[in-house]
Amino acid sequence: MAAPAVSALILLFARAVTAVRAIWSHDGPPTRQCVYFANHSSHGDFILIWTVLPPRLRRVTRPVAGAEYWLRSWLTRFIGRDVFNAVLIERERETRTEDPIACMAQTLDGGASLILFPEGTRNQGDDPLLPFKSGIYHLARSRPDVEFVPVWISNLNRVMPKGEFVPVPLICTVSFGPPLRLRDGEAKEPFLDRARSALLSLSPHAGETP
Amino acid sequence: MTDPRSQLLTLVFGIVVFLVMATVIGQVLQRRLSPNGTNAGIENLNARIYAWWVMVALLGLAFLAGRAGVIALFAFCSFAALREFVTLTRTRRADHWALAAAFFVVLPIQYYLVATDWYGLYAIFIPVYAFLLMPIVSVLRGDTERFLDRVAEVQWALMICVFCVSHVPALLTLQIPDYEGRNVLLIAFLVIVVQMSDVLQYVWGKIFGRHKIAPKLSPSKTVEGFVGGVASATLIGAALWWITPFSPLQAGLMALVITLMGFFGGLVMSAIKRDRGVKDWGHIVEGHGGLIDRLDSVIFSAPIFFHIVRYGWSLT
Repeated sequence: MAAPAVSALILLFARAVTAVRAIWSHDGPPTRQCVYFANHSSHGDFILIWTVLPPRLRRVTRPVAGAEYWLRSWLTRFIGRDVFNAVLIERERETRTEDPIACMAQTLDGGASLILFPEGTRNQGDDPLLPFKSGIYHLARSRPDVEFVPVWISNLNRVMPKGEFVPVPLICTVSFGPPLRLRDGEAKEPFLDRARSALLSLSPHAGETP
Repeated sequence: MTDPRSQLLTLVFGIVVFLVMATVIGQVLQRRLSPNGTNAGIENLNARIYAWWVMVALLGLAFLAGRAGVIALFAFCSFAALREFVTLTRTRRADHWALAAAFFVVLPIQYYLVATDWYGLYAIFIPVYAFLLMPIVSVLRGDTERFLDRVAEVQWALMICVFCVSHVPALLTLQIPDYEGRNVLLIAFLVIVVQMSDVLQYVWGKIFGRHKIAPKLSPSKTVEGFVGGVASATLIGAALWWITPFSPLQAGLMALVITLMGFFGGLVMSAIKRDRGVKDWGHIVEGHGGLIDRLDSVIFSAPIFFHIVRYGWSLT
């Protein structure tokens, strides 16, 4: 009951601070179920993707997030589970009771789309994009028909750099690339490289020498 | 004609008739010449007309809400403009608090000072106090890389987006004898003259334009467009003398100053855009550019117009 109100407030706040705008690939917003994979430099990343998705897509799109982080208090649990409807996965290999890939695959079987950050952690260095973890490949292997849509989030790390708690209003954009799919017999490294360069090519500085 | 309400109604009626005609002409031209959105000139014209409707609706609502409404509207414009401007600056993490202060301290204080009519302070608050305070906030982080560039960029952002824009609602605080209760008409005069000048320069340039006036900055601007646009907007300003405290000649001269400042302001703002390699300041309405793209001429003319009126006509 409170969740839709909180979600509307969060969307409004995100728009007020970032005036966020989607740049779709030439086919427009995705028409079928997919896995969005994005660069990760801020806690607000998935909120921006969620904000720019048309409502009918937003309703069926669930972020994948770390259970340890979102279950640590009643407030984060409320926001993570009830507001964002996140798919919470256990990241600690030693202590976990559920396989994250199986968990995501089940969610896809239920008809939902996913938002995934394949870098696995927030990128706080100078590299535009960290190496991908292999989870995205294993997910593609287990559901080879699902499309993976690269999503580049620009500027949000300037809005709220690490360690700051007051956001500076700046215009952010969220760019969606054409979907890609696991090819027959494609191995892990080539797939991860292909996905990573598809994502990097959406960044505004693609093609520039630093 | 001296009753403020009937004057405002006459003006609003005139503007609505004008916009309806402009809309009809724009639609007919689009059907005939650009059915698939291929004629850039006509698309641009219709985008402009659409923006005018929004502008008139917003200004109308703000006028109805009185001084608080007008101040709130321009405070919001400042916020959105500053958001666009700072997005294009090359600030570093060390500027985070200075930027947050620009948005959440300097901007509200400036508009509060305007609202309380504290002229002595709002005229210098940004160029003195904010300009001294912001580099202090930045320097405390100890990051000296491109320090002067960063400080200058943030200061200019505040000057353009907050200081200059706040002089539009400040027109409401002037006390002009025999003009009580009609100050909103000064805002209407400023905005109409600037908008007419922009569009007439464009139209004159399209029809008669031969010689480029600033090929490096704004390849579409021509000498013919500039002269024709400024002259016709000046005449429109003179013809609007009845909504102002000026005589027809004074109204024409005011309009001339406004259009000249607006023209050069447009050049300065496009130089900044070129420096940063962007075509538009933002995308506040899809396909219609940013707020600064619509406001750039008003930004440069507002403080000058304010000071001339204050010096020549106001009691304070």
